[in-house]
Amino acid sequence: MNGAADLGGMMGFGPVDDEPEFPKFHNAWEERVLGIIVALGACGQWNLDQSRSARESMPPATYLSIPYYQIWLEAAITLMRARGMVTDEELRSGQQLIDPIAVKATLHPENVQKVLYTGGPVDRPEQGEPAFKAGDTVVTLNSNPTTHTRLPRYARDKIGEIERIHGFHVFPDDNALGIGENPTWLYKVRFSAQTLWGEDKNPNDTITLDLWEPYLRALE
Amino acid sequence: MPHDHSDGPEHSHLSDIDARVRALESLLSEKGYIDSAAVDEIVDTYQTKIGPRNGAHVVAKSWTDPEFRNWLERDATAAIHSLGYTSRQGEHMQALFNSDQVHHLVVCTLCSCYPWSVLGLPPTWYKSPPFRSRAVIDPRGVLQDFGINIPDDVSVEVHDSTAEMRYIVIPERPTGTDDWSEDALSKLVTRNAMIGTGFALSPAEVS
Repeated sequence: MNGAADLGGMMGFGPVDDEPEFPKFHNAWEERVLGIIVALGACGQWNLDQSRSARESMPPATYLSIPYYQIWLEAAITLMRARGMVTDEELRSGQQLIDPIAVKATLHPENVQKVLYTGGPVDRPEQGEPAFKAGDTVVTLNSNPTTHTRLPRYARDKIGEIERIHGFHVFPDDNALGIGENPTWLYKVRFSAQTLWGEDKNPNDTITLDLWEPYLRALE
Repeated sequence: MPHDHSDGPEHSHLSDIDARVRALESLLSEKGYIDSAAVDEIVDTYQTKIGPRNGAHVVAKSWTDPEFRNWLERDATAAIHSLGYTSRQGEHMQALFNSDQVHHLVVCTLCSCYPWSVLGLPPTWYKSPPFRSRAVIDPRGVLQDFGINIPDDVSVEVHDSTAEMRYIVIPERPTGTDDWSEDALSKLVTRNAMIGTGFALSPAEVS
């Protein structure tokens, strides 16, 4: 969707403020949100792409005005409410008023290291042959889906070159809708800065994006 | 810091968030969805165990061990995992090698994708609109915000992390470090150097 999360190329946000490595968190609630969100993953009630979709679906003015960990917080609450895990009344009172729903698992401290170090790979057994190879010229889809996509606005309907095949990965547009992982070929695609942004850009500069096969067409 | 609202008009707003998060954690614990001791363990892991020192090890090893560097070029995921850095948000890795011809910069314009396994949690600026909006359209301007000027004849290659591939920049090895050990070299490698918003430190900068 064309939400506020799709920020590439927007202007007016001002300079980037560097910060040191420590502190890692700027408010106590931020570290609790990080931990809660990671822990909730074990419940198995949503996938990665559904959580991203929930974050980018909030009203643009809200998305742009709250701290990043609050974006995570609000999106998690949206997902939990939609699944009947919590109610508004419970969120207001902080106390259980209805029975919990059945979840896949609860993450306990003795399993945290194993879960963190196992990760969640998204590559799947390859099926069929990739449509493109390194060096092929492709054009990206001109499309404005109202649902989740990882093809940013700034890279739609643009000509690029396949740099490499990353592998066979879960397709986020479908996974976010809960209609299956539908894995497909993932490519690294290189675009010149001039193609994306205009002739006044440095001809030596490029931008690469990681794009799935359904986003790409052979250049006729 | 943009989010250091220790006082001022937003103070009550953030206090409200603090109370909401405490109520939420209590509710989710009562309902059995989370265990607060696991939340503590996750926070502690990212405060103290998983951070840019992991990536600095990868970089320093690539500077001293040609075989490892070659492996990193061919299969960064396997090479990095071989050092034990297998944690989440590092499942699929690619290393980007800076040279006198090219300078790499990593961004996620759509959210906050970042190689947690080797760099830990991203800094606030990495997740915020000024960096995410400008890194792709004006990378040289962003680099200037970090005090870096890249000559016009050197390519700037920006990598927008739109999928689950995670990127680590391998900065150039500083001059004057020929006889340095891997351990000493790793102290020259900063978080920003591995995002592409910095260079490795010179020996003079750490002495």
